[in-house]
Amino acid sequence: MIQVNNLSKEYSGTTVLNIESLEIPKGQSFGLVGNNGAGKTTFFSLLLDLIQPTTGCVLNNEIQVNTSEDWKPFTASFLDESFLIGYLTPEEYFYFIGDLRGQNKADVDALLIRYEEFFNGEILKNKKYLRDLSKGNQKKVGIIATLIGNPEVIILDEPFANLDPTTVNRLKKIIKELADNPSITVLVSSHDLQHTVEVCDRIVALNKGELVKDMPTTKETLQELELFFAV
Amino acid sequence: MFTKFIYLEWKSFTRSASFATNVALKILMGFLVLYFTLVFLALGVGTFYILKEMKLEPLVTVNKFLVYYFLMDLIVRLLLQAIPVMNIRPLLTLPFKKPTIVHFSLGKTILSFFNLVHGFFFLPFCAVLIYEGYDVISVLLWGTALFLLIFCNNFLNILLNNKDNLLGVFITIVVILGGCQYYKIFDITNCVYPFFEALFNTRWAFMIPLLVLIGLYYWTYNYLKGDLYLDAGLSVKKDIAKTENLTWLNQFGTLGTFLKNDIKLIKRNKRSKTTVGMSVMFLFYGLLFFSGGVEAYDKPIMHIFAGIFVSGGFLFTFGQFVPSWDSSYYQLMMTQNIPYRGYLNSKWWLIVIGTFISTILASFYLYFGWQVYLTIVAGAVYNIGVNSHLVLLGGAFTKTPIDLSMTKGAFGDKKSFNVNTMLLTLPKLLLPVFLYWLGSYIMDPKLGLAFVALAGVLGFMFRNTVFSIIEKIYKKEKYKTIEAYKQKS
Repeated sequence: MIQVNNLSKEYSGTTVLNIESLEIPKGQSFGLVGNNGAGKTTFFSLLLDLIQPTTGCVLNNEIQVNTSEDWKPFTASFLDESFLIGYLTPEEYFYFIGDLRGQNKADVDALLIRYEEFFNGEILKNKKYLRDLSKGNQKKVGIIATLIGNPEVIILDEPFANLDPTTVNRLKKIIKELADNPSITVLVSSHDLQHTVEVCDRIVALNKGELVKDMPTTKETLQELELFFAV
Repeated sequence: MFTKFIYLEWKSFTRSASFATNVALKILMGFLVLYFTLVFLALGVGTFYILKEMKLEPLVTVNKFLVYYFLMDLIVRLLLQAIPVMNIRPLLTLPFKKPTIVHFSLGKTILSFFNLVHGFFFLPFCAVLIYEGYDVISVLLWGTALFLLIFCNNFLNILLNNKDNLLGVFITIVVILGGCQYYKIFDITNCVYPFFEALFNTRWAFMIPLLVLIGLYYWTYNYLKGDLYLDAGLSVKKDIAKTENLTWLNQFGTLGTFLKNDIKLIKRNKRSKTTVGMSVMFLFYGLLFFSGGVEAYDKPIMHIFAGIFVSGGFLFTFGQFVPSWDSSYYQLMMTQNIPYRGYLNSKWWLIVIGTFISTILASFYLYFGWQVYLTIVAGAVYNIGVNSHLVLLGGAFTKTPIDLSMTKGAFGDKKSFNVNTMLLTLPKLLLPVFLYWLGSYIMDPKLGLAFVALAGVLGFMFRNTVFSIIEKIYKKEKYKTIEAYKQKS
């Protein structure tokens, strides 16, 4: 589904990302781990054509992302709060995304009902604009909004950060469900090794922009990763 | 302790976003500042002699109208002067005493632009008074008293800033007083004039504003000190949100989706509300031209200038900042299922609707005759056909993120004032003036108007081609724009 060829990104002579080749097949749940500055967000930004690659390219379903915009209809993403529109209420935001993805109000409502538990009564009908929600609640809105309109590729940057323990468990359940769906490719990045290992079929570790580990998830994966990141 | 504060202030001043522009722009800005300073100085000096020429006693006349001056000052402050609240937060847990923090942040407001700007008018005026042989001590005491009153306004603004609707109340007061005076029902200036006169003639009278100022300072001080908690005075006010579906816009498809969003954007953010308010003021700008009030403006060539401005208020104030209005969630827009063209198209329609409404509202200019209103309509056609595209084109180069919750900077961000957008202002205003002049020169003003309108129609006809070009430029600038918007001011 996603193919990376010879991709690199430099900022004034410093290489912040350099991936020779990487292929993510359709239906895989892909976990990206690494320390701060390892290049996780840079990689996702390149996938979404938010920054320009220095060399190489990314193909999303055979569409080169920086030359065509045709990958947008089937790709959904949430990187940070700049993906939220602060002056809308959560409902309005969901309907707005729904409108853009060809979903009517009833479709969106049906989807929201399924995730009522995840919202924990703090999101809908709360008379608050998104800008006035807490960081964690903003994240909940952003994550659920990516599920609107049956996307085939879902990209989530640090979805577990800022969430309370209960919500983290609920989110893991949601991501696992998505991972079980063979038509959905999920890409998740995290600092938290355990959460990532739990929800992903495959783990890739980045260090200073280089791909240092690439392995399918097994019983030993967590141990191996912890050893790798041990001080 | 205070030196630490001053160090912080200096850093925040020199590192502010508006300072980070290039040298050429800084020099340009310097010239502009110099120009306006000179204009104000000339005004201060000139007032005396102009009034004298009009056979009015300058000091008496100024004293009479000072009450309006101070009321207007308060209104402008309520609208634009923000109180420094956010910078206090990081200081709370550091070893500073609370009174020090409050004294400092209050003291800081004294140096605000909104206070200093009055000096440009009052200082030269006082100087002229002394030069013309008025009693030196009286003049100095009078000037001091006026400055004390300005500082009173400064603290009043802080006290009143968090109250809703006060702005409307003050504007109503000014309008009613002005109306009563105009129709000679009741003249407020006669009531307050003795007070200002006393400030000049009675030596001890300046004590009154001084005492008021001290009183206000302590009131503000106590008010802020008691409120120095995150959940009290330092909290950011949260609005009660109401979900609006605006379903009637659904019939317009994607366009409707964006329009819904833009309507909410305008309604729910301080910055955009101020901007739209400003565009209403443009509607009345034409009165200066068409009523014959200002002699220099009463020329046919200037009329088309006014025509462009009257209908283009929304275009110039709001349109100028497309796509910066969406800066805080630009990354979302770029990853969603939106082709650039659809996005630009919706902004274009918003501008067109704004221009259209302005033109209809401007129908009161019919009072000045058909010719005047036709000028405005021709201006509107030009605005829709040509200027709307130019504004969008300029937007591709305007990379200033807009903080929607702030009112500051509504009079134009310094940083968005770049060379590219400036160059684009020329065809916006000069081209129609030239066309009009050409038409009038060949035949008569009617042909001039026809030329202006024709340019608009042509622009409208080539809309698709123009849009393709604009789209290409936006695409080329995309990464730079995303990068710039990430850097919050």
